[in-house]
Amino acid sequence: MATAQTRTLSRVMMAPAVIVLLIWMIVPLVMTLWFSFQNYSLINPMMTGFAGWGNYLYVIGDPSFTQSLVNTLILVCGVLVITIVGGTLLALLLDQPIWGQGILRIIVISPFFVMPPVAALIWKNGFMHPGYGMLGHLWKAFGLQPVDWFNQYPLFSVIVIVAWQWLPFATLILLTALQSLSEEQREAAEMDGANAINRFYYIIMPHMARSITIVILIQTIFLLGIFAEIRVTTGGGPGYASTNIAFLVFRTGILSNDIGAGSAGGVVAVIIANVVAIFLMRAVGKNLDA
Amino acid sequence: MARTVPTSTRIGFTALAWIIALLLFSPILWVLLTAFKTEAEAIAASPTFLPQNFTLENFAAVQDRSDYFKHAFNSIIVSVGSTLLGLAIGIPAAWAMAFAPTKRTKDVLMWMLSTKMMPAVGVLIPIYLIFRDLRLLDTVHGLTLIMTLINLPIIIWMLYTYFKEIPVDILEAARMDGAELWNEIVHVLVPMAVPGIASTLLLNVILAWNEAFWTITLTSGRAGTLTAFISSFSSPQGLFLAKLSAASLLAIAPILLMGWFSQKQLVRGLTFGAVK
Repeated sequence: MATAQTRTLSRVMMAPAVIVLLIWMIVPLVMTLWFSFQNYSLINPMMTGFAGWGNYLYVIGDPSFTQSLVNTLILVCGVLVITIVGGTLLALLLDQPIWGQGILRIIVISPFFVMPPVAALIWKNGFMHPGYGMLGHLWKAFGLQPVDWFNQYPLFSVIVIVAWQWLPFATLILLTALQSLSEEQREAAEMDGANAINRFYYIIMPHMARSITIVILIQTIFLLGIFAEIRVTTGGGPGYASTNIAFLVFRTGILSNDIGAGSAGGVVAVIIANVVAIFLMRAVGKNLDA
Repeated sequence: MARTVPTSTRIGFTALAWIIALLLFSPILWVLLTAFKTEAEAIAASPTFLPQNFTLENFAAVQDRSDYFKHAFNSIIVSVGSTLLGLAIGIPAAWAMAFAPTKRTKDVLMWMLSTKMMPAVGVLIPIYLIFRDLRLLDTVHGLTLIMTLINLPIIIWMLYTYFKEIPVDILEAARMDGAELWNEIVHVLVPMAVPGIASTLLLNVILAWNEAFWTITLTSGRAGTLTAFISSFSSPQGLFLAKLSAASLLAIAPILLMGWFSQKQLVRGLTFGAVK
């Protein structure tokens, strides 16, 4: 029968994708879990055997973990606040009847296409460097002492760089959503005498709510894993001042060669990401039915 | 019908929008201008806007010092290679789910999406050890493999949302006409699917080109892509600002152009079809 044939065929067509993703999802994750309960250091081969909860206690008990967790939260929340508030305002502005809308859209989205190491190094050397950075020159022009951003405010500096990369993303998505709001709806509200503030609260915000949720969730997934921006600017320092969970795992596992403890940190990162992922999947899944 | 606003309001909004846009763009503009300055001019106490002594020597120096072309070539191989491999695996899967859906299709799609949620650091250590043991560390093909896997869910999702929009009636009409499955694919489906596949390809090349976690952790000198290459500038060596700019400009220019062309599809791809 044709249907049975079709069914077999579609199974065959899906098989490669399903198999590679299944392997990709299960094998490394199981290994991470396994290592996280082992005494395993690349430097000290004598250290072997089952560690029980030892690695977890070691990682979670270390002050660097608490700080990294707090840094992760500040980094994610800081960037979210800047990009969502800024992105909404910028999208509303770009949606106004202005000259050069098409070109503006392209200019505004540009930072999103800049690879993370370039973005970080431009900001570090071209803008935030106290000696020859543009912000330093600006401060001097106002007679102020230039700020050594990465030493004095390391986490804040990383937030600025990451927000610069993600503000265009939020703006573009929210602008797309805004433009799908029908013109008649707005005009009707205007005719009924709704002022700008009422129109924003009762017409625009409810329409935007879903897109904002999606932007928050997608950004959170990426922001939890911020790595290159930290690697090329502060290296996680001074001390652990700008180390997030992702960078802590890299520091412990790859730089310090402590596979067991690094894996335990990795498992913690997976748990945190999963909590966010559940919400994102629900939001996207709802859309699938529509 | 366009909304009518007083001209003065329009001028105000336009000016404000341009000022904000140019401020956001200023770091990229800085790279563009500094790349053509001399090192001395780049760090001058009183900064210049346009290059006073226009020079191309930074580009030559970048190539001499650290072999820019080798890294650019690696970037091209990894981003294009992983995208093509991803399409080869993804197109049949997306085709099957879009045109022969079963009651489990939605679950499969959601599960594929969930693999994208796994944080890279959660699997960094085993992947690093596997790569070390299989001698895949710092190889182009090893990196291509990882890049294919991390972008495969996006490829399938994007293709799926595009394929879903192809009217099934047309396929059925072709089937009625007695078209063989192969003919159906080649003459009916492919022409309608090409725009969606092209958008998917473009977005994924951009994503792979800019990927900076696996490229930095799994490669060093030999298979280093442009992201790893630029990262090597993180420890300054003498005067390097203009050279950094030249290298950065070369690394971001092609992708910036591609991004401008694909910005509409970007929204769909990055929100997994949730915002169009």
